[in-house]
Amino acid sequence: MGEVIVITSGKGGVGKTTTTANLGTGLASMGHQVVLIDADIGLRNLDVLLGLENRIVYDLTDVIDGKCRLRQALIKDKRYEGLYLLPAAQTKDKTAVNPDQMKQLCEDLLKEFEYVLIDCPAGIEQGFRNAVAGAQKAIVVTTPEMSAVRDADRVIGLLEASELRKPALIINRLRPKMVRHGDMMSMEDIIDILAIELLGIIPEDEMVVISTNKGETVLSDERAKSGQAFRNIVRRLKGENVPLMELDGDGLLTRLRRFIGLK
Amino acid sequence: MFEFLAKLFGKDSGGSKNIAKERLRLVLVHDRTSVSPELLHLLKNELIKVISTYLEIDEQALEVFLETSDNQVALVANIPVRGMKRLNGELAST
Repeated sequence: MGEVIVITSGKGGVGKTTTTANLGTGLASMGHQVVLIDADIGLRNLDVLLGLENRIVYDLTDVIDGKCRLRQALIKDKRYEGLYLLPAAQTKDKTAVNPDQMKQLCEDLLKEFEYVLIDCPAGIEQGFRNAVAGAQKAIVVTTPEMSAVRDADRVIGLLEASELRKPALIINRLRPKMVRHGDMMSMEDIIDILAIELLGIIPEDEMVVISTNKGETVLSDERAKSGQAFRNIVRRLKGENVPLMELDGDGLLTRLRRFIGLK
Repeated sequence: MFEFLAKLFGKDSGGSKNIAKERLRLVLVHDRTSVSPELLHLLKNELIKVISTYLEIDEQALEVFLETSDNQVALVANIPVRGMKRLNGELAST
């Protein structure tokens, strides 16, 4: 039996879509049948992050309106066996779909896929309610900023109210150097405040921008730290016990060098 | 000397994150309570129950709310008392 997981955050721009794309490619590269749903109707972007923007014919609302069969709307990613995208409509809005329809859609997809990942839109209105309706699990993405953590807290409350208890947390765009200097909230600070289980931490990484530019996911970049972090999260999602990676590359020696002015 | 060591070991105690964390905590107290006005309602009813054992109070005029001042949040209860109950006899019988 498969799983429906919603990736949400409340605040926009914290990395929901990037996370969805990376977890999807990660699960598919481990041999799973995965479908990614872009639930951000009117502002679709998951297609661009996956480099599939030129292949869209039908979308989520076409399926729900019965204008096409589910299979016709699914775009197969040629680079990853078993990875599919169900894109959002770009010319409609959130009210084109309702929670019951999303629930039904997820049930239908579960007949063929092991993982259904839903990229939730920002906000807590109808788009959010649609995205969480069919989910069995939730992942909350935040960054170490006050506004993002505050919105995450609000979303966690709403998730619990809609019976998605025990959401898991991903902290994105952490800057180890700033944390070390006491100028950015640490993993411990954020967990202390939100009091939910941690799924992983993604360091701030230029490689994310570069792979996004190319329509690829950073997860497939062996050298990228953020890619490693995403690969670890995928393994944790599958139930493996993977320790948190060492984010702070600066050892005592480099700090000593910096201190005496060599760097 | 301490500063030297702190710098060497990369620990800066005067960082701005503590300000952020403190501000965030305060904001969340409000956010979380505003999510559940029913909680305040329950609390109010419990309060009435407990206080009525000892005092005669005006239940209609009773107010319970959260108030923020500077950097603290306080639970404020305004409870008009109509009269005292004669405790000895009653308490002994319960």
